[in-house]
Amino acid sequence: MTALDFTPAAGAAPPVRRIMRHGVLEARLLTRNGEQLLLTLVIPLGILLAGRLVHGRFGPLEVVAPSVLALAAWSTGFTSVAIATAFERRYGVLERLAVTPLGKSGLIAGKSFAIILIMTGQVTILAGVAVALGWRPAFTVLSAAVALLLVIMATATFVCLGLLIAGRLRAEATLGLANLIYLVVLAGGALVVPLERYPAAVRPVIQALPTAALGEGLRAAAIGYALGGPVIVLAVWLPAAAWVARRGFRWTA
Amino acid sequence: MHSRPADPLVVDGLAVRFGRQMALDDLNLGAKPVGLTAVLGPNGAGKTTLIRCCTGLLRPATGAIRVLGKAPGSSSIASRVGFMPQSSGAWSGIKAGELLNYLGGLYAHPLDLRALTDRLGIGEYAATPYRRLSGGQQQTVNLAAALIGRPAIVFLDEPTAGLDPHARRATWHLLRDVRAAGVTIVLTTHAMDEAEALADLIYILDRGRVAISGTVAELTSSGQNLEDVYLAHTRAPVGT
Repeated sequence: MTALDFTPAAGAAPPVRRIMRHGVLEARLLTRNGEQLLLTLVIPLGILLAGRLVHGRFGPLEVVAPSVLALAAWSTGFTSVAIATAFERRYGVLERLAVTPLGKSGLIAGKSFAIILIMTGQVTILAGVAVALGWRPAFTVLSAAVALLLVIMATATFVCLGLLIAGRLRAEATLGLANLIYLVVLAGGALVVPLERYPAAVRPVIQALPTAALGEGLRAAAIGYALGGPVIVLAVWLPAAAWVARRGFRWTA
Repeated sequence: MHSRPADPLVVDGLAVRFGRQMALDDLNLGAKPVGLTAVLGPNGAGKTTLIRCCTGLLRPATGAIRVLGKAPGSSSIASRVGFMPQSSGAWSGIKAGELLNYLGGLYAHPLDLRALTDRLGIGEYAATPYRRLSGGQQQTVNLAAALIGRPAIVFLDEPTAGLDPHARRATWHLLRDVRAAGVTIVLTTHAMDEAEALADLIYILDRGRVAISGTVAELTSSGQNLEDVYLAHTRAPVGT
């Protein structure tokens, strides 16, 4: 047995290793959480299959598939981050990790890496299933680039909003509110239901939502159109959300 | 009790306000090198707030803190500071061994995980999710997590709260070994016997201020025991 030597020996692991370790751990913990899996994968898959079997409210596969990818970004970026972070705050995980070499900035970087890992998995599975069901996207180089930009900007915006809720409310309140907002936006945020299907009177308001920007932008990109409007909407939302999250987030419960 | 600038912890004129309530009010305190400093006080006296300021989690309204000669929370001392929060400090779904392995990976020279878990008896429940551990097992894992990076100074917020007598004594023994290895320990506690058995220096807080401080011998020199000294210098928490 190796002797236990408590003699102080200062030293942090390299920053990239710390961030990657954290990201991999968070992603692994998410895969063990049934509720989080329901949000990130089961519901989007259900909508995808429902859209394929029944050409109802969600429209044909050309509309449903990119909509579901937008939903995946929303569920991971907003709902999962809000709920997970709220409980991390309540359990003192944030408190503990902020006082390690990971630090506050490393924790945020590690969370970002976890989100990238999770979303890569989501897109791979959801797009793979959509293609298997008959989806034939018609991305151009430009529309694919815009789609990627929209996903990055929208996810970052969603994360900031999720962190704001998690950093201000109690964990149970965050759980309830984040799920409620998830459902409200699912139904009314032009995320999976195209904007044109909403009453004309409310379209200008919905169009200004970050969820609508992502949903509309991805649906257009998947058929070869690169829209500038959604990029502008998100260019307004992202710095505003980041500023509010930075001001409002609290590390301790 | 005056601290010197070279001490591993120097707290000078610290004030923290939450709304209209003063959590800390002109608090002065220090920890000697390679010793165990115990901070006592009733609920709401400011012990956890003090620890949070010392670890950079809270920014005081006024006053100054130096930890190992640097500002709390600065990256240059992050790997030299260990911390055990009062709350669990762990994800509910993480396994005990997985948590320690992850935390050890954040440091360049962590303690040997196998030796640490053997010493603390964590091995038998290392594969158990944190939420299924007993309160005492969770405390033990938390203490191991605070020590795994081989810190020079460690802040422990009520490290033996909720432990049975056997586990408490095992923790005391461990803390003596940690101190003997050259680590400065700052802990908060409600247990007079714990402070008496372990502390080189004691601060008794009352409503955000140091009410009295000294070694056990100094505090009890008038013939009173430590609990009598504590009761004489503190007021019951508001509302009790």
